Amino acid sequence: MVEAVREEQGRLVIGLDGEIDLDRAPKLRNLLLDCVGRGRDVLVDLSQVTYIDSSGIASLVESLQKAAGNGTRFGLIAVSPEVMRVFELARLDKVFAIYPDFDAAKAVVS
Amino acid sequence: MSAANEECLLELRFPAQANRMVLVRDTVRSAARFCGFDEPDTRDIVLAVGEACQNVILHAYAGREAGTIVLGLLRGEDRLILRVTDFGEAIDPAKIEPRNLDELKPGGLGIYFMRELMDSTDFGPSPDGVGNVLQMTKRKGSARW
Repeated sequence: MVEAVREEQGRLVIGLDGEIDLDRAPKLRNLLLDCVGRGRDVLVDLSQVTYIDSSGIASLVESLQKAAGNGTRFGLIAVSPEVMRVFELARLDKVFAIYPDFDAAKAVVS
Repeated sequence: MSAANEECLLELRFPAQANRMVLVRDTVRSAARFCGFDEPDTRDIVLAVGEACQNVILHAYAGREAGTIVLGLLRGEDRLILRVTDFGEAIDPAKIEPRNLDELKPGGLGIYFMRELMDSTDFGPSPDGVGNVLQMTKRKGSARW
């Protein structure tokens, strides 16, 4: 799994790829919580993620809750169909802010 | 033990370690396709097996040296049967409950995923007296999401 963090117009954009499972979720959790802890809005690009399980979902939920506590925003962009199906199954597709791409996100996430 | 119309497709024995799961998923994915499952069904099966093994790693072998998982795949006429056996702490099936999806909290989705994705899930103590056995069945064309 590649994790690439870049800054775009004041927001942190985290690009992930591959399969997110119990082996990789702890590292992902640390990365996400570190980014959220910087007090910036965070967007996670899931376009290249082909598999996510409950451990990966847990990392995203924890980060969403931490961002809410900080008063910052935490959104997902370009969620791949495979991952979206898992979000729908967990009924999290209405809980997370999900945008088709960065441009759509930046229009909403300030 | 398998019924007369069930064929043992393969059996995997591997350490209950998170870094082995990518290998297990790849094997299960190939097996499901080999049996003629379509991609939605195959994804269901792979995720359910991943969650089952994750539960063994996190709970059955929690606080002790990681043990072994045996994953058996049996092929029926229109179904795949997946049997996950561990040799860890016996877990009371009555205490296994999926969490309420209305509560937003990290974790606790694995049981829910398995029950939603598979046509049946049966969990209980191993007949050998040590550990637990989870048996899941997936029929072809039953993907629900």
